[in-house]
Amino acid sequence: MINTTIPYAIELRDISKRFGTVQANKDICLQVPKGSIHGIIGENGAGKSTLMSIIYGFYAADTGHIEVDGEIVDIRTSQDAINAGIGMVHQHFMLVENFTVLENVMLGAEGGALLRKGVSKARAELKRLASQYSLEIDVDAVVEELPVGLQQRVEILKALYRGARILILDEPTGVLTPQEADHLFRILHSLKEKGVTVLLITHKLREILASTDNVSVMRQGEMVAHRETSKTNKEELAELMVGKKVRLTVNKEEAKPGKVVLSAKHLSQLDSQGVKRLKDVSLELRAGEILGVAGVSGNGQSELLNVLSGITVMSEGEIHFAGEVISASAPKNAAQMRDMGMAHVPEDRHKMGLVTGFEAYESAILGYHNSPVYNGKFLMNRKVMLDECSERMAAWDVRPPNPYLKTANFSGGNQQKIVIAREVEQNPDVLLIGQPTRGVDIGAIENIHEQIVSLRDAGKAILLVSVELDEIMALSDRILVMFDGAVVGELEAKDANERVLGLMMANSYSDDPQGEPA
Amino acid sequence: MNQAKVPVWVNIALIPLLNITLAFVISGLVIYAIGQNPIEAAGYMIYGAFGYSEGVGYTLYYATNFIFTGLAVCVAFKAGLFNIGGEGQAYIGGLGVGLVCLALDHSMPFIVIAPLAIIGAAVFGAAWAYVPAYLQARRGSHIVITTIMFNFIASSLMVYLMVNWLKGTQNMSLNSRTFEQNAWMPYLHTLLTPLGIDIGDSPVNLSFFWALLCCFGVWLLIWHTRWGYQLRTLGTNPTAAKYAGIDTAKVTIWVMLVSGALAGFVGLNEIMGVNHSLLLNFAAGYGFTGIAVALMGRNHPVGIFLAAILFGALYQGGAEVSFDMPQITPDIVVVVQGLVILFSGALEHMFKDRIEGFFIRRAAAAQEK
Amino acid sequence: MYDTLIQMLDATVRVSAPLILAALAGLFSERAGIVDISLEGKILGSAFAAAAASAVFGSAWIGLIFGIIASVALALIHGFACITHRGDHIVSGVAINTIVAGLTVTLGLHWFNMGGQTPALSGDQRFLDITLPFAHAMQNVPVIGQIYSNLISGHNILVYLAFVMVPVTYWIVYKTRFGLRLRAVGENPHAVDTAGISVTWLRYRAVMMCGILCGVAGAYLSTAHNAGFLKNMSAGQGYMALAALIFGKWRPVPVMFACLLFGFLNAVAVRLQGVIIPGVGEVPVQAIESLPYVLTILLLAGFIGKAVGPKAVGRPYVKERA
Repeated sequence: MINTTIPYAIELRDISKRFGTVQANKDICLQVPKGSIHGIIGENGAGKSTLMSIIYGFYAADTGHIEVDGEIVDIRTSQDAINAGIGMVHQHFMLVENFTVLENVMLGAEGGALLRKGVSKARAELKRLASQYSLEIDVDAVVEELPVGLQQRVEILKALYRGARILILDEPTGVLTPQEADHLFRILHSLKEKGVTVLLITHKLREILASTDNVSVMRQGEMVAHRETSKTNKEELAELMVGKKVRLTVNKEEAKPGKVVLSAKHLSQLDSQGVKRLKDVSLELRAGEILGVAGVSGNGQSELLNVLSGITVMSEGEIHFAGEVISASAPKNAAQMRDMGMAHVPEDRHKMGLVTGFEAYESAILGYHNSPVYNGKFLMNRKVMLDECSERMAAWDVRPPNPYLKTANFSGGNQQKIVIAREVEQNPDVLLIGQPTRGVDIGAIENIHEQIVSLRDAGKAILLVSVELDEIMALSDRILVMFDGAVVGELEAKDANERVLGLMMANSYSDDPQGEPA
Repeated sequence: MNQAKVPVWVNIALIPLLNITLAFVISGLVIYAIGQNPIEAAGYMIYGAFGYSEGVGYTLYYATNFIFTGLAVCVAFKAGLFNIGGEGQAYIGGLGVGLVCLALDHSMPFIVIAPLAIIGAAVFGAAWAYVPAYLQARRGSHIVITTIMFNFIASSLMVYLMVNWLKGTQNMSLNSRTFEQNAWMPYLHTLLTPLGIDIGDSPVNLSFFWALLCCFGVWLLIWHTRWGYQLRTLGTNPTAAKYAGIDTAKVTIWVMLVSGALAGFVGLNEIMGVNHSLLLNFAAGYGFTGIAVALMGRNHPVGIFLAAILFGALYQGGAEVSFDMPQITPDIVVVVQGLVILFSGALEHMFKDRIEGFFIRRAAAAQEK
Repeated sequence: MYDTLIQMLDATVRVSAPLILAALAGLFSERAGIVDISLEGKILGSAFAAAAASAVFGSAWIGLIFGIIASVALALIHGFACITHRGDHIVSGVAINTIVAGLTVTLGLHWFNMGGQTPALSGDQRFLDITLPFAHAMQNVPVIGQIYSNLISGHNILVYLAFVMVPVTYWIVYKTRFGLRLRAVGENPHAVDTAGISVTWLRYRAVMMCGILCGVAGAYLSTAHNAGFLKNMSAGQGYMALAALIFGKWRPVPVMFACLLFGFLNAVAVRLQGVIIPGVGEVPVQAIESLPYVLTILLLAGFIGKAVGPKAVGRPYVKERA
């Protein structure tokens, strides 16, 4: 070659971005060779998504510049990014759900003021792309009727149709089963072979190690390391990501399960469209144990939590709890379930667990607002609420310990503490916990895990739903695996490993002869 | 972690003042554009509203209506509902008052009629809000659209009732017969003049005190009861409301019933307090002014009271100006009202974000030092 | 009997024309995700501007242009609030309706000194009815003749424009690039933004389309249907158009039929005013007048079919912060 330096497909120089007082990206430099798969890994909130949004023209960087193929490009809008050959597959798909695949692909690249001409061209082009990259799809299907894996394929096709040579994927496997994810990685490899450069953003070490050529690590808005994937390992990356040695296991004693406190029999639930989201789920929950529910997000775990906690009414089946039988004909709402001794730390604290516009002491009684403790004859007793909130803030180390502060102004970890404190301090018999450490910083995670274990040791029955396999394996005594609304596997924690759980989560455990536990 | 750094007075005083000032400046420009002197007009307006005792009385009379409709909008808004149907609810509430008065004024004393009229206003106003509320809660029909439609249906219904059933025999116009005096809400001047307080011969009546009571009641209700807690939870985070076991459909319906009842109280002031007979269109515009009042008052009873006084003054002052400056009709007040809705409602983010950003940056800079 | 029917249908067409224009205006706006209850204010503002300009310049066409300018200006205010400043669409609509109600009378009084009205318009100051070719000749052909000469012929140009706009709107919405983007931005603005299209500019174009059509509707009221501006002459027709838009499920052709239905009910109500039907007594005209609203409510409640609007309608577009 004449050139001694081959230009990088994309190069970032000193990119910085501030949101108000938050430094989201600081002096980011990155070099991605052409035709490679480059991973960017980091914790939630490390600034990965902001960086990708800058590359895709969603935000303008405060300083720094971007080079594509060795030339400085000025990316101010998504259109600029598209023109520079950059395509993006967002974590939440950017599709118009009631449009067809064809309409979605054409949107923004219609090929003229009238649609008619563009349509036949788009059909031909999609056909070509489908055969070249093995991305087959029915172009006349309405997007909302397609499974998630295919919707993602539409997103990839959208980018390729616009001539993308650099493809950014933001947490692409969050909604996929491990097997669908493997399929995605095969597609990415075939794209790579055709010269496409892939930027893969994820917080999953496994994916980085399995499929990338190079990896860059982000921490607290900064790019802290670049590695060749073949020359690094899981431990090193985890340490770089977190910035200190991580304890991947939780210290806990053997569980001493007591009697069954809650049993669910043949629970099913339909959503508003009449689709069955929960299919014939039965489970028993004992005092003094943690029952983990594993599964790719969106496979019925949320619905299970909602039905158990009384937020939604099951369409079939019954729950035996606290001496009562709860069924579709004799439902209990969330308030009644609480009265019977059920506490619930919801999966999404912003959407459910808190009212971010309320002052902390008001959020701290959500769900228990009818309790006589907080109420006089006509009016609520504000002093009791405030005193109790202050006490709990001290006990749970919520910072800042100010009951008047708006809930929104606490950090994620402290918000989660407010929720957990509220639910636990009611001394419930059963505790449902969804995604206890989502969006919580590392330091707080350990703390929360320890607390869950100590609750178990205090004899509570705990149902833990998490999409983080590590968390499930570290905390659970027994594990249920859900797929497509049904429980597809149950095993003791000691028999669980990532491969077995992964296969179960994809509902292909029994198809795989090697999957038999030893 | 940012909001905490914005001083309280910015949100409750500076921004509303800025909005109202802008509305006044633009209205002033309109007055200037039609060849009149805005300063002079403002002078007449202030004098008309506050400068003499009868003017003050009129200001309070208008304010009474605006407190009711402002509170109606506020209660619904706190639960995340936009009740744009205050107009129709006020109208039908007045029908309730009128029917009570027409039925009982020959046989009952005021002390019996008054509470029944209050109940009549509340029940009729609430009933008119009930159907949209029910449809929103149980069938998901958008309450803004249904309440708009109900305004029109109310006006057709009233015409029908007046023409076919309630029209008095002795007059040509579409009025019911005049109530007997014992069904009149006492004028404040009849009560206050003996005490040496002079508010002229103005129509402000006892309903004004009922409006003040309602302000206090709404404040207690929203911020100090379980019920208010549920309503605010629903208004700020409906999913959290479900999580908390709050029956959202039930709360939605109750909120709208209270909202409709509050709007219905306009009938007390108008029908029982001033007109002393049932008539058409007595509620015209008050429902929509309630939106301006609630926005201006930042959906808080104290703010609503102040905003209602302001709008009362505008209405009274606007009427006054047109005597001295015939080119300026009370319609200019409608323009002001629209501008207030525009600036403190639709364009609320225009200044708010910038001003809050300024204080957040200042606080951050102070912290760094 | 046949004559009566033709007369009522003729009245239906006249009443429906501004409804169709306004409802199609609303269609552009709402399909793009902007709720517009300020159809009412835009119609009123345009009616005033058109009548005033027509009175001054002596030409209905100049009036129409001024009407459109006024209406588009109001649409831009709505856009400024809803699109640029992410304001509440309903509140903005109420504000515009209120401002226009006050401003038209104030300005009218200042300019014409007639208590807020404009002078009566005549001749070229109005859009006059057009007699189509052969209308007289066809008069005596049975059945068809009546329909052609009395129902189809004999309307002003804006009526024909209203009906032409129905297929034109259909074509724009379903067959053009702008239409594809318009439908997309009302369903999922994020998809539009990431496709490299400016959500802001797209929505502004939609509200301007809305402004233009409302402008024509307003001009129709004051310079074609009537001969001058009267205080609050839109009298709820903007809201009626909104109801028709919902009733027609945000699709051009069904929306036109909804407008025709509402117009027909109006014609029936006018016709039956004071008529006494044996056994029933006097017809409660008010019941017929409120029927469009009742029907729309029943539809919204899902009792007669189901009305599902654009998914992102009424929600301000905020780029999500990562």
